[in-house]
Amino acid sequence: MNNSANGSGNGATAAPILECKDLCISYYTRAGEIPAVVDFSLTVQPGETIGIVGESGCGKSTVAMAIMQYMGHNGGITGGSIKFKGRDMTKMSEAELRQLRGSEIAMIYQEPFASLNPSLRVSTQLLEVPMTHENITRAEARERCMQVLRDVRLPDPARVMNSYPHQLSGGQQQRVVIAMGLLSNPSLLLLDEPTTALDVTVEAGIVKLIADISAKYGTSQIYISHNLGLILETCDRVFVMYSGEVVEEGRIKSLFTWPRHPYTHGLFACIPLPTADKNAAPLRPIPGQLPLPHERPVGCYYAPRCNHFKEGLCDARHFPMEKVEGDEGANHFVRCLRWREIDHHQEAPGGDPRAAAEIGDCCLEVTDMQKYYPVKDSSLKALFTGKRMRNVKANESLNFRAHEGETVAIVGESGCGKSTFAKVLMGLETGTGGEIRHDGVDIAEIAVRDRSNRQISSLQMVFQNPFDTLNPSHTIGAQIERVVKKFGVEKNKAAVRERVMKLLDTVKLPRDFYYRKPRQLSGGQKQRIGIARAFAGNPSMVIADEPVSALDVSVAAAVTELLTDIQREHRTTLLFISHDLSVVRYLADRIVVMYLGQIMERGTTEQIFSPPYHPYTEALLSAVPIADPEVTKREIVLDGNVPSAMDPPSGCPFSTRCPRKIGAICETENPPERQASERHYIKCHIELDELRKVEEVIHVPKEEERIRAE
Amino acid sequence: MALQTTITGAEYGGALVRALKSFALLRESWIGMIGAAIIIFWSLVALSAPWLAPLDPNAVIQAFAKPGAAGPDGVTFWLGTDHLGRDILSRLMWGSRTVLFYAPIATVTAYTVGILMGLAAGYRGGLVDDILSRISDIILSFPVLVLYIIVIGAVGASGVNIIIAITFASAPGIMRIVRGLVLDLRNRDYVAAAQTRGDSDWRIMLVEILPNARGPLIVDACLRLGYVIITIGVLGFLGLGLPPPDPDWGGMVNETRQMAIVFPHMTLMPCIAISSLILGFNLLADGLREIALRD
Repeated sequence: MNNSANGSGNGATAAPILECKDLCISYYTRAGEIPAVVDFSLTVQPGETIGIVGESGCGKSTVAMAIMQYMGHNGGITGGSIKFKGRDMTKMSEAELRQLRGSEIAMIYQEPFASLNPSLRVSTQLLEVPMTHENITRAEARERCMQVLRDVRLPDPARVMNSYPHQLSGGQQQRVVIAMGLLSNPSLLLLDEPTTALDVTVEAGIVKLIADISAKYGTSQIYISHNLGLILETCDRVFVMYSGEVVEEGRIKSLFTWPRHPYTHGLFACIPLPTADKNAAPLRPIPGQLPLPHERPVGCYYAPRCNHFKEGLCDARHFPMEKVEGDEGANHFVRCLRWREIDHHQEAPGGDPRAAAEIGDCCLEVTDMQKYYPVKDSSLKALFTGKRMRNVKANESLNFRAHEGETVAIVGESGCGKSTFAKVLMGLETGTGGEIRHDGVDIAEIAVRDRSNRQISSLQMVFQNPFDTLNPSHTIGAQIERVVKKFGVEKNKAAVRERVMKLLDTVKLPRDFYYRKPRQLSGGQKQRIGIARAFAGNPSMVIADEPVSALDVSVAAAVTELLTDIQREHRTTLLFISHDLSVVRYLADRIVVMYLGQIMERGTTEQIFSPPYHPYTEALLSAVPIADPEVTKREIVLDGNVPSAMDPPSGCPFSTRCPRKIGAICETENPPERQASERHYIKCHIELDELRKVEEVIHVPKEEERIRAE
Repeated sequence: MALQTTITGAEYGGALVRALKSFALLRESWIGMIGAAIIIFWSLVALSAPWLAPLDPNAVIQAFAKPGAAGPDGVTFWLGTDHLGRDILSRLMWGSRTVLFYAPIATVTAYTVGILMGLAAGYRGGLVDDILSRISDIILSFPVLVLYIIVIGAVGASGVNIIIAITFASAPGIMRIVRGLVLDLRNRDYVAAAQTRGDSDWRIMLVEILPNARGPLIVDACLRLGYVIITIGVLGFLGLGLPPPDPDWGGMVNETRQMAIVFPHMTLMPCIAISSLILGFNLLADGLREIALRD
């Protein structure tokens, strides 16, 4: 049907490692056969890294599973072939496949903690690989394991070998899993979202490692991700999938600079690129939803959501991919009948500009806020010194302010204390010291049960996990109604109901969702209900704890836009907690960067994103994957892991990983907070003048300097 | 923006519609259907015993009749008679009323106590959890039979006391299950949402947490009903059940066991009745679990 992937950009001299041709994969369920992937063709050359990008449900993981021939009992290949080094895998026996898996083809999964057996030492799990597939002695196998562990840049491989998985951090575990994949020197490595579960700075290290592997081992890789930025940093060629089929493919540079398919355009308009701005160039969500496999339309699957849909053409029949003329080496293909007619400049990211929100008076003032958790120290040393109780400093002297209508982001990696702060603010925990003044009242030490109804209703929260935020046992209507009644917004039964209906309108969901149960909703819809519930009591301040991190890019864009719209309308203060600096840069007016319970830097978004930087901010900025090939970044990869809050470094908390450490003072003294400009503070021993000399981390070319501009 | 899907009538329906819908789901598990059929059969027998039973269960007619033997006045003893000459079929029918009356009531009582304890222990944690868990540990450390003998010995043999004894012995086990479920559920964001709007602890436990624990609890309740039936049988057998002469399956086994070698039908018939009913509940539980796992 299509011959798109055949013939590679780099000469097609060597035999391809993997060739999928017209692959069709279906799942069999109670509802009948569900075609998960249709007409998938792909060729992987030796040493090449292929990226597969798409939103959940587009079939990208199914492709990986099919390549491994590991479909489970209800999946099957209904057409096409998968040739690995010229042999058809679909016709191989179970024994032959077992020989291939783990030795010729290795797979790395999303969650490192789930890929390693918690009850076996790392050495046992690693040694198994070469000893099963090759006839070598234990000593040789051990030597090989140590070598590979060094190659994945794990410090002290001998110690790692003897550890149990739980003794390693998430990043170290993922490195062990990658080492396990590399042990038998496979020709093909499948990586299914290998960094999604990791922190950004750790992710940056793994991404660099993955890029180095193909250079060092010559391993071909298939990298599956929903993150366009990561794909850009790791891959040579990219496949964009939508609803079970490839809609566009080509070499990275070509596809990222000149996307041709309306869906690819849509994806780029949904991610907060450095050029996006919540007022001047907002995100532009893709209308509609991904069709379910049995509801796919005839013709182009993207047609119902496409601006360029033409009746009689796009919905006539299913059509193959077309080659895009131009750069021959790019091998750029697109599944669109109208790509020549579309004005691709018009499709560039950035929606219609709108007026900036007005910023009012100060409504939240945090002064020297502290939250300590007491823990019992049962070590021998504690027994002798008599210090049996220790304090874990989850928050140490936090200072910042938020104004009405403003968006303040708290950024930091896991364990930095941002969620603890949210808990104290909401009253689920009480602070140990300092003040949190909200509307003039200090609420740091008032638990939620002791707060007045008005205090509670003025502070509401949007939660992270859409699958957890709504109670599966109650209808949507009942759950929003509860808030309306509880805070006494409306008393009369009919009025309460009317208010819920209005809220459903506000979050752009149909009114008959009132009767639905959460399980009938998609992740994005649940998150909208979560927002409706948070705004039901007319709060003056809403805390959003990573509200879009679990959502697909197009859904996340819609939810982000919804949140800003409602905020603008109600002049609500938004406290946005996130680890993702690209979303934060887009949304926030002010940013607070936290590390191990302390604020390292705070200031306006522009101040944070340009020098002077705190060294940690600098590393965080460098770690953000940006899906724009013309944006250049300075590479700063941090060593090591975030230290445990139980045992923080003395002196500056960042001293153990800081690339700009100036000497012993960093390890002994807590750095002073220096004022760089108005309301911009940096907590570092390095003089501000030194920090000012630092170069910009992210360089965004001017619009007229861009290749695209021509 | 969202997909418009039509809502079926059941979305709007009340508890009855939903119960019927769940029952329709059960049709997909034939094991569950067999279990349900057995339970429905015995329930019908119990309900219509006064009309269905051919003879008075306590009437002494003719001792040691074999199954199918003809009695005076043209009656047939389909399952024979016992050592006192009472019709076994009629006694089984009347006896099913005892079991099917006390077993569900005892189970519901045990569940009410167990759930309340489990919710408090799991949600509050800390000292409350410690106290409740240790109490249940103490109760669970006794062999159940000894517990029954102690409790019934202390308060005397009667219907209400059977319920008390069963509640006392099973509530700790139920508490442990509920506590485990609550420990998981209380960390969900919707519980945090309820906390941040200042809802009371009991409201959070009963409205936000408990409904989400119902799946595993319903399966467990079916299994436990089976055990309670055994228990009631055992209590009858030990002479701690309902006082004679009213028919009680466990009591029937006890009264006739010494003659079981000569007249096996007198002991066998009530035994078959007990096991079939327990089997019914176990199969139903298996079916429910199968359906729960599938979704």
